[in-house]
Amino acid sequence: MTWVLANLEQIWRLTLDHVALSVPPIILGFLIAVPLGWLAHRYRPSRGIVLTVSGLLYTIPGIALFLSLPVVLGTRILDPINVIVGMTIYAVALLARTAADAFDAVSNDVRQSSVAVGYGPIRRFFVVELPLAGPVLLSGLRVVSASTVSLVSIGSLIGVSSLGYFFLNGLNRRFPTEILTGIVGVIVIAVVFDLFLVLIGRVLLPWARDARPSARRGRRAVA
Amino acid sequence: MITFEGVSKRFPDGSVAVDDFSLTIPSRSTTVLVGSSGSGKTTLLRMINRMVDPTGGRILIDDEDVAGLEPVKLRRRIGYVMQNSGLLPHRTVIDNVATVPILEGVKKSVAHEQALRLLDTVGLDRGLAKRYPAQLSGGQQQRVGVARGLAVDPNILLMDEPFGAVDPLVRDELQQELLRIQRELSKTVVFVTHDIDEAFLLGDQVVILRTGGVIAQAGTPAEILANPADEFVASFIGADRGKRSLHVDAEHGDLARGERVLVDGTGRVVGILRDEPGIASSHGAASS
Repeated sequence: MTWVLANLEQIWRLTLDHVALSVPPIILGFLIAVPLGWLAHRYRPSRGIVLTVSGLLYTIPGIALFLSLPVVLGTRILDPINVIVGMTIYAVALLARTAADAFDAVSNDVRQSSVAVGYGPIRRFFVVELPLAGPVLLSGLRVVSASTVSLVSIGSLIGVSSLGYFFLNGLNRRFPTEILTGIVGVIVIAVVFDLFLVLIGRVLLPWARDARPSARRGRRAVA
Repeated sequence: MITFEGVSKRFPDGSVAVDDFSLTIPSRSTTVLVGSSGSGKTTLLRMINRMVDPTGGRILIDDEDVAGLEPVKLRRRIGYVMQNSGLLPHRTVIDNVATVPILEGVKKSVAHEQALRLLDTVGLDRGLAKRYPAQLSGGQQQRVGVARGLAVDPNILLMDEPFGAVDPLVRDELQQELLRIQRELSKTVVFVTHDIDEAFLLGDQVVILRTGGVIAQAGTPAEILANPADEFVASFIGADRGKRSLHVDAEHGDLARGERVLVDGTGRVVGILRDEPGIASSHGAASS
């Protein structure tokens, strides 16, 4: 505990670094995976390609990815960009399939009826399909958020600072308190992110929360 | 007036849904397309608002070929009600009803005020306006669907088995409600169903379809009942099994009070024959 109190400033700084490395991949991953998922949902041939490629991407080992990205991107080996790009690739790999499933899950009746009342294709995507895919997308995003926050730690191995530093340093010094501090820090960030996503869901998708319990009530009611 | 001129629909896989179909649907009356699945009735309905484009022939609305009209604009001026309501589950009742007027640029407050009046029209409590569709019963959802169909005050209302998924009691109620609304608003209604009794109840003109959109017979319910064109029609309306030929059962009923029990050809008791008409209309007014 004394170690924690003595190093509060460093803990806080590394926590901020960790957050700064985690947020862009989650957002970028979402922005890239949603259109990919929609393509996979909409056009049968693209489905196999998108889902296979994204599945393969996820099997690339983290270290290998971080080390090869500077060669591909032309960045310096210590550049945080490498970690962000690498984590974005993982996020897309995880989320593309979920996004395809999310769009598949939109009821065909609703889609047909939105065509029938006169929504054009673009408005239909943004006003009907995307919000209705929302609950599944959100659950996928929560997985991606947790996975990104934990995987970002690996960046420390190539010298990009995050809470992962405490794992390495604690291991080298055989000092469990430091390792534990890192673990707790990562968990706290992951939980905070998750709560934030749930909150966003509550605000943006109020119908998804209301619908289930009262649907049962509604069915019993008389017209 | 809606005119089908030699309309065909062949799907890319080679199957033919409709072949050389011609029909005139008069304005301000209800035309019911009735047939089993595979009769092409829904395909025909969806050709009117261009959700399906024919591969041959033309469809005219008031002498204007729909092929020349922009689909999205066309759809916005035609009401559409489908089975399972097709309401947007993430929009409240009032937003669902006001959808199309708002798409058309009507101010939200105006559209909402108008939507509330439409809830009155279809017999829904205004208190339901802020609910989500999943919070309503099936019958209530269908009423919202009808209100949404009426929201742009369209001349044409397309209804695709709108009462197919609700229980019989609610269906009766919704049918009577539709008859009342139609008496008040006089739209050109094109109604699709597989239920011949529903067709005879709602239709000014009933079109009985065979497989592949071939018209077996078209006419008023009375014409079809009195004179089925062929065995297919007779079987479809149940005439061949004696369901439509009624006789008075002499053994039952209170003749002194002018009540005679009616029995159909299968021996099923179908009702009471009275001297004075008017039961049906009072039933319609009483339903909520």
